[in-house]
Amino acid sequence: MKILVFLETNDSEIKKSSLEGLSVAAQGDHQIATCAIGSGSDAVVSKLGQWGVEKHFSCTQDQAQTYNPEVYKNFIDQAIDQWKPDLILASSNNVGRDVFPRAAAKHDMAYMSDVTEINLDGGVSITRPMYAGKCTAQVTFTDDSAKIVLLRPNQVAVNEVNKGATTENVALSLEESSGNSETVSVSKGETEKLDLTEAEVIVSGGRGLKEADNFKLLHDLAEPLGATVGASRAVVDLGWVPHSLQVGQTGKTVAPNLYFAVGISGAIQHLAGMSGSKNIVAINKDEKAPIFQKATYGIVGDLFDVVPLLTEKLKSIQ
Amino acid sequence: MRVFVCIKQVPDTETRIKLTSDSQGIETNGIKWVINPYDEFAIEEAIKFKEANSDTQVTAVTLGPKSRVNNALLTAMAMGADDSILINTEAPMDALSTAKALSAAIQSEGDYSMIFSGKLAIDGNVSAVPLMLAEFLGIPHASVVNKTEYGDGAVTASREIEGGTTETFKLKFPAMVTANKGLNKPRFASLPGIMKAKKKPIKEVSLEDLGVSPESSKTKFTNFELPPEKAPCKMIDGDPAQQVDELVKLLQEEAKVL
Ligand SMILES: Cc1cc2nc3c(=O)[nH]c(=O)nc-3n(C[C@H](O)[C@H](O)[C@H](O)COP(=O)(O)OP(=O)(O)OC[C@H]3O[C@@H](n4cnc5c(N)ncnc54)[C@H](O)[C@@H]3O)c2cc1C
Ligand SMILES: Nc1ncnc2c1ncn2[C@@H]1O[C@H](COP(=O)(O)O)[C@@H](O)[C@H]1O
Repeated sequence: MKILVFLETNDSEIKKSSLEGLSVAAQGDHQIATCAIGSGSDAVVSKLGQWGVEKHFSCTQDQAQTYNPEVYKNFIDQAIDQWKPDLILASSNNVGRDVFPRAAAKHDMAYMSDVTEINLDGGVSITRPMYAGKCTAQVTFTDDSAKIVLLRPNQVAVNEVNKGATTENVALSLEESSGNSETVSVSKGETEKLDLTEAEVIVSGGRGLKEADNFKLLHDLAEPLGATVGASRAVVDLGWVPHSLQVGQTGKTVAPNLYFAVGISGAIQHLAGMSGSKNIVAINKDEKAPIFQKATYGIVGDLFDVVPLLTEKLKSIQ
Repeated sequence: MRVFVCIKQVPDTETRIKLTSDSQGIETNGIKWVINPYDEFAIEEAIKFKEANSDTQVTAVTLGPKSRVNNALLTAMAMGADDSILINTEAPMDALSTAKALSAAIQSEGDYSMIFSGKLAIDGNVSAVPLMLAEFLGIPHASVVNKTEYGDGAVTASREIEGGTTETFKLKFPAMVTANKGLNKPRFASLPGIMKAKKKPIKEVSLEDLGVSPESSKTKFTNFELPPEKAPCKMIDGDPAQQVDELVKLLQEEAKVL
């Protein structure tokens, strides 16, 4: 199979979520190409041989360095036309979801986002959550069109391989833009924290925190854990935290290694978004709170007593 | 001016999912169907656009079985949409084939300025139909938008991404915007609105009319599974200090996550 892996990079680093795609591609005997914007950088290319990458499509033009979906799509169209992949792998995140549906429409390819399991032995078999995690389903491909599979971050392991291939760098030049879509600005947020969907540890708070200022307790707890802070919808609706922090069926679906639900009752819509987490710690003063049915470890107690002690304890063992 | 708003019906978020006996789908008996929550922001955006541009016609479009999805169109029209297009089909359609049908339906209507949709449908969380539709129509898009401004035949749309970064795009009409929560506050349908909706036109078309085969889906969901039963929660007793010590010990030694 010919595989094209879309990589996201920070300077010379390949993002972990992109390494996950590379790992999938590198298992087995496939022809692999990669593509990345802003990374003609030799440092990235020099890392690709170990994954068995034959070709890397890059674009270092200035106009490509500010994110624009049309520009990215144009770049990917060219990589597809040159490599003619049977399978494209990318991350199911804000870039992947913003670019690849259009590529699927243009090239008449099958498309699936949010994939949590993938197997390439004898074809492409994938599984994904449905109804924000209330169940899972396999995806059957009904014809032999090329496929675009967006992998949810943190779901497949990064397995280092050493294939020792030589990677040829192919610089692509963007076409003239249509002028219909222009990026006005990209303003960086204050947080350098990982997005909820990519975080390995999440500390979420709910109405039990009583008021917006008490979210500070969670930020303090997140610190020694290297965690990203999340929230229930109740506190988003109260305006304590922005919607981008909401976990649940109408927020983000997350599956970290460790999820803390602090002062969250565990409504069905919240559970849908987080019950795929590998370990769940619930801290709630009500022993009947439904969150305890999904939790791995439960503490019945007052969060205002428990959380500061926990923060101190975690700091002390660092 | 003409604007379209794409809406999908989905099971209410309270729904407890049960599988059919062959596990090839979910049991739909007894499900309460609602408009996808993000599509409510799209409908509101379209109505606000009309309020700012008085000569605007807002058309709601949906694809699905008429007996069920007709209600979604009535709700959209009760909120303020002027008319509707119903692509009536029982066929299971994936994102690509749905977008093909929507694009044919919209193309046959003539000129338009904007198309609004939800950022994703909460049934499958696929988030693909609107962008595929935009590609088929050859128009620019901005997705997961929480702020818009209109002027000079263009929309300026912002979205918040990872780490709180805000991206802002300016798109020439016609353009596609997919709505996130926070874009606006969807209104409720008023009683007079509900009465009026009953008289508003619904144009019904079939996949055949649109030249799209009901078998054109490239993907199909199969072999559904409910999540495995969780082992019962380990409750940690003691005073808060003891609870914290025990929890940290379990996270280190048993879960091995610290
Ligand atoms: C269409 C729709 C979509 C929705 N989507 C989502 C979604 O995506 N995500 C989501 O989260 N919700 C969603 N909801 C809302 C959901 O139904 C619940 O209302 C919400 O999750 C409740 O938030 P909460 O747990 O913070 O608040 P509550 O249910 O009020 O729970 C607060 C908890 O804090 C505990 N508590 C109080 N004080 C303390 C203390 N001192 N110490 C310890 N514990 C304490 C209480 O015992 C209680 O269990 C949705 C609802 C609808 C209708
Ligand atoms: N069957 C449909 N009919 C009309 N609009 C749809 C349909 N399916 C999806 N959409 C639109 O596309 C958005 C994203 O849906 P999805 O790609 O399924 O996540 C929805 O919020 C709707 O606005």
